[in-house]
Amino acid sequence: MEAYFDNSATTAPCCEAVKAVTEAMTQSWGNPSSLHAIGNRANALLESSRSDIASRLSCSPEEIFFTSGGTESNNLAVMGAAYQMRRMGRRIVSTSIEHSSIDDTLNRLEADGFEVIKLRVDSYGRVNEKDLYAAVNSNTILITMMLVNNEIGTIMPVQAAKRAAMMARSPALIHCDAVQAFGKMPVKPAALGVDLMTISSHKIHGPKGIGALYIRKGVKIKPRTFGGEQEKKIRPGTEAMPLIAGFAAAARVLPDPQKELEHITMLRDYMVSKLTEIDGIVINSPPDALPYVTNISLIGIKSEPMLNFLSDRGICVSSGSACSKGKKSHVLMQMNLDRSRLDGPLRISFSRFTTIQEIDALILGIIEGKKVIRALK
Amino acid sequence: MKEIILIKNGELALKGLNRRTFEDMLIKNMKRRLASAGNFKFTVSQSTIVAEPEEGADLEDAVERIRKIFGIAGFSRAAAVEKDMDVILRSAEEYLAPQLLGVRTFKVEAKRSDKKFPLGSPEICRETGGYLLRKFPHLEVDVHNPDMVVTVEVRDTHAYIHGKQIKGAGGMPTGSAGRSAILISGGIDSPVAAYMMAKRGLELIAIHFASPPYTSERAEQKVHSLLKQVSKYSGRITLYVVPFTETQEQIKDNCPEDLFTVVMRRMMMRVSQIIAQREHAGALITGESVGQVASQTMPAIACTDAVCEMPVFRPLIGMDKDEVVAISRKIDTFDISILPYEDCCTVFTPKHPRTRPTIDYVEECEKALEVERLVNEAVEGTRFVHINAY
Repeated sequence: MEAYFDNSATTAPCCEAVKAVTEAMTQSWGNPSSLHAIGNRANALLESSRSDIASRLSCSPEEIFFTSGGTESNNLAVMGAAYQMRRMGRRIVSTSIEHSSIDDTLNRLEADGFEVIKLRVDSYGRVNEKDLYAAVNSNTILITMMLVNNEIGTIMPVQAAKRAAMMARSPALIHCDAVQAFGKMPVKPAALGVDLMTISSHKIHGPKGIGALYIRKGVKIKPRTFGGEQEKKIRPGTEAMPLIAGFAAAARVLPDPQKELEHITMLRDYMVSKLTEIDGIVINSPPDALPYVTNISLIGIKSEPMLNFLSDRGICVSSGSACSKGKKSHVLMQMNLDRSRLDGPLRISFSRFTTIQEIDALILGIIEGKKVIRALK
Repeated sequence: MKEIILIKNGELALKGLNRRTFEDMLIKNMKRRLASAGNFKFTVSQSTIVAEPEEGADLEDAVERIRKIFGIAGFSRAAAVEKDMDVILRSAEEYLAPQLLGVRTFKVEAKRSDKKFPLGSPEICRETGGYLLRKFPHLEVDVHNPDMVVTVEVRDTHAYIHGKQIKGAGGMPTGSAGRSAILISGGIDSPVAAYMMAKRGLELIAIHFASPPYTSERAEQKVHSLLKQVSKYSGRITLYVVPFTETQEQIKDNCPEDLFTVVMRRMMMRVSQIIAQREHAGALITGESVGQVASQTMPAIACTDAVCEMPVFRPLIGMDKDEVVAISRKIDTFDISILPYEDCCTVFTPKHPRTRPTIDYVEECEKALEVERLVNEAVEGTRFVHINAY
């Protein structure tokens, strides 16, 4: 049996997305900027796709800008905002457990003379709101915070960012990396009080290589690439129509996230109750994490042998962020866990297609693996 | 105008009567290495090997490949033209223009092995120099310290015109020193050790220990990638993958934790020796360096060597890590080596390995293991993969 628990890394494309990609390649393959019939057809598909995605965020289509994915959207948002705002201040506030596409971008900005503050987190990866209020001052030009952490599922206090900026009378733009949250919980940029928001297609069963940046109407950022007039010059280049169509199709068929959450919470609670019966397993995710992501540590067993053992049985889990390919997790390190927990983390991430049978296979696999794999002292 | 490659042997020229054998070996290696870049015809005269591309051969690719073949001191690309002074002059102007435009001073050297050619070497030099000075007025002649030497060689069939010489990889032709087995885990050191010994003329086989599920498919793929890179220098390599899970688990279960690495290395040596003997390899190669990690101390190496009946070459033994890293960057293995997959050496690494193990104590502890059975089963379970860069 194949059991896939690495949905935070990527998800299986849904058949609606596959169909939409194929149709776009065979029927609407024109350049949306061309002024003839074939171009018009492609442009119609582009704009209807934009609307479909906008409606999922309860925003207007003009606020959606297509990019190549989460990493590009995060880079564009953070760099674009920092350089747009650089005359108004130089402080940027973020957290210490952001995805590397934010973290590395911030390091780059720090080297360019910006003052970057990465808020510390507790042992569940939570930011203390008081720290946020204290860090944001009138000189702050950008606050960027992920909505759901990709490794442990912790939900971050994004709504507090706007409040922090207002209290400090700062002009800061608020960016939210919602890659792991979009489609899995209600995500509305206006309600969260954010100006910029990153979403990605392949985490919601769409194709890879496409994502979007929400830019609130009236907000200006500097582009990172230059060329044509596409995406209002914020992200020039011929639109990746097949991928955009696939992204929109995946977004259209997303179920109501609130209802889905109840089902996923039930699955998560079932899994956690089974896991806690096994000796030497610690749950690293907080109890109120988004139930799609559960991070555990196997005390005395390194991640890789367990991952390989499970993989041989058709069960796919990961040891952390796919973007860091097996390096020690900076998220878990920031959470100040002791070494025995750092050596053997496993990230188990669900999708709406996860079944209880898959979970049973996983539990059985971990029990068997623990018998076979020699523990470290 | 046809372009060819003129190759100067490295240390080969020193080897007296053996020279012919070495030269043949070098040509055989070049033929094999260049095969997928197209057909080349090789001829030898006066310690120069001429590689002549046939229709459709990719000269640029060949140059990149030749750069990495051991046994070559230097080589040049040359234009092969008709033995007529006018043709020689016009070809020199056309062929060397890109190089001459980038320098300020030059001189011309001529070699005339065809004594029937109407001009002598000094005349060829004078005429060519004068002609180039007229065509490239920015140039000056400097016979002592020129930016560039233009060489005109008049040989049996053609005249060759060449400019700057390209530095070769040096060393001895692969295979001229026999065959040897490199123990490779996936770290930074072993590919460098392999490269260094290949440079001294050793043909390589490689031995890798795999311990699934502690090590993954990716870890073995990483070794393939490393060897593929090394094989650009060493020529094709056969990799032997040894199943090592049970041995490692038995050591873990039955031996003192602080001896894990030493006992493991002794088991690796035992297995490797048998494979090496079967494959007619005369020595083992490892990437150890004294004191680099707790298990690479002199006493630990003594314990490892106690089970070896064949020589163990450790070319990195006296090198600092940054020196090793510099070579691994040069041969493009560094970026592969730092991929973070677990390998056989990191699986059960003890927190505090014993730095001064004694042979008696290690032997005593090994009595808890069925050494012979484990070694035999590991050898019998070994599979092999051919690795070739091109």
